[in-house]
Amino acid sequence: MELLKIAFCRNLFKFLCFCRGLHSGVVVSTFALQLENPWFTSRLSRDLSAWSLHVLPVHAWVFSRVLRLPPTVQKYAEMAAPLTLLLVLAVTIRAALFRSSLAELIAERVEVVSPITAWKRVVEGLALLDLGVSPYSGDVFHETPLIIYLFHFVVDYAEITFMLADVITAVALYMAVKDYNKQVFRKQKFALEADRYPLDCLELIRSPKEMYYIPLKVAMFYLLNPFTILSCVAKSTCGLNNAVVALFIFSTIKGNTLLSAIFLCLATYQSIYPLTLCAPAMLYLMQRQYIPVNFRRASFWWFIAQYLFMYLGSLFVLICLSFFLLGSWDYMPSVYGFILSVPDLTPNIGLFWYFFAEMFEHFRLFFLCVFQINVFFYTIPLSVKLKEHPVFLIFMQLAVISIFKSYPTVGDIALYMAFLPVWSHLYRFLRNTFLVSCVLLACSTLFPVLWHLWIYAGSANSNFYYAITLLFNVAQILLVSDYFYAFLRREHHLTYGLYLKRKDGSEATLVLK
Amino acid sequence: MAAHRCCFPVWLFILCSFSLFIIAGSQETTVAPEQHASVLDNPQTAAETAEQTAGESGGVEERRWEGTEVRDAAAQKQAEPAVLQPTPQPKDDFQEELVVRPLHSGDIYASFQFRTLWETDFMRGNKVSHYRLFPKSLGQVISKFSVRELHISFTQGYWRTMQWGQPYLPSPPGAELWVWFQDSVTDVDATWKELTNVLSGIFCASLNFIDSTNTVQPSASFKPLGIGNVTDHRFLRYATLPREIVCTENLTPWKKLLPCGSKAGLAVLLKSEKLFHSSFHSQAVHIRPVCQDWQCKTTSWELRQTLNVVFDLHNSGQGKREWSLFKMFSRTLTEACPLASSSKIYIDITDNPEGEQFELSPATSLLSQAMVLGDRRTFSVYDLTQQDTFGSVRSLNLLIRWKSTEGDMLRPLLHAERYVAGYGLQTGEIHTLMYNHHPYRSFPVLLLDSVPWYLRLYIHTLTVTSKGKDNKPSYIHYQPSKDRVRPHLLEMLVQLPPNSVTEVTVQFERALLKWTEYTPDPNHGFYVGSSVISSLVPSTVAMDTNSTRERPLFSSFFPCKEESSYFVRVYTEPLLVNLPTPDFSMPYNVICLTCTVVAVGYGSLYNLLTRSFQIEEPSPGLAKRIANVIRKMRGFPGTMG
Repeated sequence: MELLKIAFCRNLFKFLCFCRGLHSGVVVSTFALQLENPWFTSRLSRDLSAWSLHVLPVHAWVFSRVLRLPPTVQKYAEMAAPLTLLLVLAVTIRAALFRSSLAELIAERVEVVSPITAWKRVVEGLALLDLGVSPYSGDVFHETPLIIYLFHFVVDYAEITFMLADVITAVALYMAVKDYNKQVFRKQKFALEADRYPLDCLELIRSPKEMYYIPLKVAMFYLLNPFTILSCVAKSTCGLNNAVVALFIFSTIKGNTLLSAIFLCLATYQSIYPLTLCAPAMLYLMQRQYIPVNFRRASFWWFIAQYLFMYLGSLFVLICLSFFLLGSWDYMPSVYGFILSVPDLTPNIGLFWYFFAEMFEHFRLFFLCVFQINVFFYTIPLSVKLKEHPVFLIFMQLAVISIFKSYPTVGDIALYMAFLPVWSHLYRFLRNTFLVSCVLLACSTLFPVLWHLWIYAGSANSNFYYAITLLFNVAQILLVSDYFYAFLRREHHLTYGLYLKRKDGSEATLVLK
Repeated sequence: MAAHRCCFPVWLFILCSFSLFIIAGSQETTVAPEQHASVLDNPQTAAETAEQTAGESGGVEERRWEGTEVRDAAAQKQAEPAVLQPTPQPKDDFQEELVVRPLHSGDIYASFQFRTLWETDFMRGNKVSHYRLFPKSLGQVISKFSVRELHISFTQGYWRTMQWGQPYLPSPPGAELWVWFQDSVTDVDATWKELTNVLSGIFCASLNFIDSTNTVQPSASFKPLGIGNVTDHRFLRYATLPREIVCTENLTPWKKLLPCGSKAGLAVLLKSEKLFHSSFHSQAVHIRPVCQDWQCKTTSWELRQTLNVVFDLHNSGQGKREWSLFKMFSRTLTEACPLASSSKIYIDITDNPEGEQFELSPATSLLSQAMVLGDRRTFSVYDLTQQDTFGSVRSLNLLIRWKSTEGDMLRPLLHAERYVAGYGLQTGEIHTLMYNHHPYRSFPVLLLDSVPWYLRLYIHTLTVTSKGKDNKPSYIHYQPSKDRVRPHLLEMLVQLPPNSVTEVTVQFERALLKWTEYTPDPNHGFYVGSSVISSLVPSTVAMDTNSTRERPLFSSFFPCKEESSYFVRVYTEPLLVNLPTPDFSMPYNVICLTCTVVAVGYGSLYNLLTRSFQIEEPSPGLAKRIANVIRKMRGFPGTMG
């Protein structure tokens, strides 16, 4: 029996090594692990040992005991096994869809591709470049020069590139969330040791066991989300933007200031909106470096200056690089002007297209400003309210961006939805999960139906499709505000106790006032 | 009182005669004596009359041949744009002619041409103020906007090349305007904008709708037809309005530009109620500088007004194939325009050399032969300046009575058609088919496509196939569109293999516009102007190797230049494309609903950001208590207010 078990485990390990050799995703993960500084690695292993008793499920325990692998390999193996399987599954699904006839259909869907991210337009840009015409001289191509430069080389391997981008996003989110969970756990441990939680709050304390699968769930939520799959199969460059944002989150959570600034700058360069992620990144990095958020402290301002310098410096380098790639500034109005002034009213899942198609001309500029400011507007109040919880702030910002941006696609939604498992402990405080999930599902199925009725059958008109986009956005807003509410409420309970009493001793009702 | 009444006309008469005297005097000082001009005429007609007298004195020949002149085919040719005129010339000169071609479909094609030549220089510093034959309105346009060449056409209906053959002057349905400016113009776009507005006023047409969204600068398709070899296409503007409807209000100002108006000469035939009751109607104005003599020492301006019309007499005549001038125009001719130096009617009788196809009356013995569109055509000529043309009844009513309905037309060598493929309102595909009917010669064609910005072309989907094989264009000039600023421009040089169909396809995406950008009838669709196909087509005469009929053998081995190929411009059908439309009835609703959703987002976040959790004191109502029970069952701690 024992021998059999050993043989089985060896085979499994061999398979895993094989997978690792095959699969770049794991290569990325190992690479990412090597990136972290020694201080952090030691901290990580200490934490691991501290909660391995609770955390490690039995099979992992057996696995490590039987094989007696060196500790690092053991760590990779136990982490990589389910993730690798997930990656293989995700890549298989995508590869199968790429080969099927559905790929062409999906690539035309307005929910999946926007004028900015459509693959057809990237190909058009390359074709224009081949004809000797600047791709920005027309109004079809709106990608940044770096994207066109990238695809100039990998246009024949586009499918692999997009699958790789998804894998990178998933692995980066996986690692980031894993790390974040450790910190949450550590913080909770300190708070428990300091007796900061009320006694009746033990129910709210998060156990390592329930937290163990969260990173995997995050990766799964991202990779197996139909929205992501559709986005990848349509070769929407939104997948690349998501990868950059995920890498930014990863490097921020790992505490690497420079990489965080660089990736944030890349994300901003790609589509202006991630600019608002500047605030959570700085808050998080300051928290890690024990810099108090205090306007009177020089260290606070010094850090801000440092981060902004890195951010703006790399932005400057990128913009100049783009200028030298094509030798003109044409891309500025064509990319950023296009995002901000919304000239293309092709229907999508956002709020802009029909609103500005029906807008009175002399109010257009005013409402354009109002709608665009709306995206950036929430940054400061949210940062003030959530300054202790920058990762939740990142989630909120991503959601706000994907709801209120000018050309949203389902790929943007997939990115913030991947974070939902991280907040699974908020589930008991959510008020309308059933309603929101029903509406989201119904809308997702109704989008193609009503599109068909409007565009092909001619039996419906634009109002039908518009109504569904409205409902879809309301559902998203409800979802986000519900999570925000639940998060605040849990924090409140963690301070004041779970079972609140009135003055007369009866059970109290908690309201927002 | 009565004396006063008598006195007034007398005074008026004296005043008028005095002013006339002054005007005549001033004209004498500026332009050459008019009497001399009309008497002297050009030597060509002199030669003609000489020939006529010679023929009459001979008395044996039944048919006489008019001195063969290089006709409109030369005007079409871009290779040699200048029309050489023999010297000496009067300062200005007016010619009118009507060509009638019986078509094989039973229709009648009538083409009017009015040409005014004026040796002057509009670009000189001092203003040209004395106009005689040349219309002042156009002269002022030329000098004010520094126009080098102006071509404008208004067309109702579509020319069916496969049934009717090539027209003498092709034009696309709707309005077409193309202008070459002098290279002294600095702001071409502003000048163009002003010019279109002025022309819009002159011709009572909606040319003011020409703006940057439908103007292009073709790089190769439209070369200057007059003298001057500047081909910098920065000074060229080309625009079409495929939706323009041409009617009486465009014809009247056009007729006013003629020296005789519609009072005398061929223009009396231009009655709008008949002209617009036709299958095809096209009127055009072409202005260009031409050489005055063969050395091109002096240049003069040529104004060519043309009007082409195709009458469907076969159907309206209850199956009787017979037509006359009166039937077509409800007028007969009584005189030539007195100001015209030449006034002629040509009837194409190439297919009827021995009179077996149709009978022409009154008969004429004057014949003319010309190379038209690569084909040698024979015409019966009626000279309206000769009194005996009108006969004893002093009116000319040409009549053709068919004897047989057979006879086949030579297929046009180049032919094109276009359509939109695909279904739904999201995407589509434009197909352009170009036919080369030449049995053994391939020739290159220049295809020009100007597509409005709201059909977003994807140039990477462009395919050119002939005979099932990929046919790569040797030259592509593509200018992508800018939303609400400029259209797509696609020009390419394609070699058409002999006896083949070449198909050009390109995919497009339909844009959703702002509700104010739609036409009042948005579900009618949007027009896309015709494609323009320009080509030097190998001549049918050159194709006919046995055509040594009346030519000596030594002259016919190598095809001579002007007969080997000829210039042809073919316009395809305009397209009608549907776009997705928003609901025009509810801008308020949309604004309110969308703002509500944004407010829902703002409100819920604002609530959570600004308020804090507090314990509610008063006891809840029944509904809330039930809700709280449900919450408790879910394990939801605490209760809601």
